[in-house]
Amino acid sequence: MSLHGSGTRPQDANPDQSDGGEPANGTTDAAQLPADLQDERLIARRGVSGAIAAFTSRLRSGDLGSVPVVVGLIIIWAVFQVANGSFLSSRNLVNLTLQTTSVGVIALGIVLVLLLGEIDLSVGSVSGVAGAVLAITFVNKGWPLALSLVASVVLGIVIGLFYGLLYTRFGVPSFVITLAGLLGFLGLQLLVLGKDGTVNLPYDSALVGFATRSFLSPAVAYILIAVVVAAYALTRLQGRRARAAAGLSSAPNSVIAIKAVALALVLLIPVLILNGDRGVSSMFLLFLALVVITDIAVRRTRWGRSVFAVGGSVEAARRAGINVRMIYLSVFAACSTLAAVGGILAAARLVAVSQASGGTDTNLNAIAAAVIGGTSLFGGRGSAYSALLGALVIMSISNGLALLSLDSSIRYIVTAGVLLIAVTIDSLSRRSRQAHGRA
Amino acid sequence: MTVTPAPLDVGAGTVLKLQGISKRFGAVQALKNIELDVRAGEVMALVGDNGAGKSTLVKTIAGVYTADDGTMVFDGREVRVGSPAEAQQLGIATVFQDLALCDNLDVVANLYLGRELTAPSARGRLLDEVEMERQSWELLRQLSAKIPSVRIPVASLSGGQRQTVAIARSLLGKPKVVMLDEPTAALGVAQTAEVLNLVERLRERGLAVILISHNMADVMAVADRVAVLRLGRNNGVFVVSETRTQDIIAAITGATDNAVSERAARRSREEGSAS
Repeated sequence: MSLHGSGTRPQDANPDQSDGGEPANGTTDAAQLPADLQDERLIARRGVSGAIAAFTSRLRSGDLGSVPVVVGLIIIWAVFQVANGSFLSSRNLVNLTLQTTSVGVIALGIVLVLLLGEIDLSVGSVSGVAGAVLAITFVNKGWPLALSLVASVVLGIVIGLFYGLLYTRFGVPSFVITLAGLLGFLGLQLLVLGKDGTVNLPYDSALVGFATRSFLSPAVAYILIAVVVAAYALTRLQGRRARAAAGLSSAPNSVIAIKAVALALVLLIPVLILNGDRGVSSMFLLFLALVVITDIAVRRTRWGRSVFAVGGSVEAARRAGINVRMIYLSVFAACSTLAAVGGILAAARLVAVSQASGGTDTNLNAIAAAVIGGTSLFGGRGSAYSALLGALVIMSISNGLALLSLDSSIRYIVTAGVLLIAVTIDSLSRRSRQAHGRA
Repeated sequence: MTVTPAPLDVGAGTVLKLQGISKRFGAVQALKNIELDVRAGEVMALVGDNGAGKSTLVKTIAGVYTADDGTMVFDGREVRVGSPAEAQQLGIATVFQDLALCDNLDVVANLYLGRELTAPSARGRLLDEVEMERQSWELLRQLSAKIPSVRIPVASLSGGQRQTVAIARSLLGKPKVVMLDEPTAALGVAQTAEVLNLVERLRERGLAVILISHNMADVMAVADRVAVLRLGRNNGVFVVSETRTQDIIAAITGATDNAVSERAARRSREEGSAS
């Protein structure tokens, strides 16, 4: 017993105790413990302090999650706020949300592809060509807006399926396929736009209105926060009940309460600031909804589990009966579709599509955002939220440097530095995880 | 040399019966007229030298290869297995040597990979993590498996624990036959013992276990019968309790007077005189 120390619980210490005596003694320690905490080697962590201890030990072993990017974001914001007092103003933060959206949506697709351990270099070009198709069909051909939108999105799906087919049928590396796509769809974009090269979207169209003038009223935003926090707390409590019923350990109510309050603060403080100006943009809300949906899809569905499995070991996934080909097809399709949606949103926000739409910037920003956000380049690790956090980092740098009237030369250099740091952290934490048996 | 053929009991208990299985790769006759029968609640070891055809036979049973000739009777019916998935559906589970686990996923996710349970409350769209975890613990406890937590990535488990997870996963499909390909290769002494205990527990559950191994000590410790393959042909089936290791080794190498058996005989003589 003493060998185990105070932090561990013996599973079947004093087995003789269970045989004789009163019925109350019939149930030993082990029987009262949840099924997943009975192993005597497990280190006991209970309550709020236990949750914190588990979190810090996870960090130490290199399982950093989104901690580096959150810390980085705070540092970047602090630096820019010191350099220019208007950086964290309501007005500028509203601009930041608008700027973040299209890159963030594209980065969300990159996250999915990176989870498989693949890459899509053509998301910028695909977003550009989707914007061009939207502008040409909607403005020049006079199609109804809905039809133009559908055409652009379908184009994204078709491009992704095409990549997936090339990859699964012929085994061409995704790096090369999408490099060809980068050039090819840039060419297609120039071809579609024709001689003029720039098409302006009508300012009073619903799409442009949605992207530039549609904001949530403060009341709606607060109600939304209340609903989200309540849904979170209810889900956690329900999960706790289900685990208890199944005889498994569960987070205590205090931890759930603290997490719910933290979530409420994380949502409430930015919204309070944003409401000082125009408020929460509908477009940004769409992005957030896409992030949450993607997060649920990758973490809580069979499809998402298969994506992680393929990213971890293709052969193991195949042997487990997973339709690996379908997973590749669906992920490439989802990535290109999100790229097309990002292109549409970018076009709507800038009220125009030009030959430069979706240029090199978009491409590299989106890929950098996914990596900076903490999604591993090695596959099988990452989260939909890394698209949100990474896009915020990338666009904060670009926004802050623009406020300081520094031109793109500096912006490229700073972004490159942040990207290098992010990739280095990824590689280091991967090594640390392997050393700590968490790879 | 005395080869003790097992009584040809085709009656009750036989789960899997192979008759005249042959397989050729180009000019190479990998398997010729293989006969094998495995009963429920029995550990049948499959031994042979390198290139004897063990892996080919296992892959043929598992549906990775299709036999050129011969019949396979499973559970009293003649079956043709065209793919690994078909074999699994029939109730033939195989744990290959490389285990095929996803290192980045936790134990529960690996156990249920490809057949995840979904929650009826979400109309079957979302995973039922709680039920999967509960059943994982139930299964691991039945196997007396020593896995500290099912919510840690498989990468952090030891070799024996990984083998345990792979074997436990093969049981989820409620198989009748479990084939283990070199389960103790690359394991330490204690971990090997753990896996052998696990094999015995599979037998207690009434499963037919086919154990491929190079390690004669493991075979003698856990198997009920030993089928020897030599150069793609049957070279005897031995009942372990009535056979000496040397006889099996002789059947594996195909000779009574060879380096291995001489050495074994000399050593047993020396031990005998020493004691």
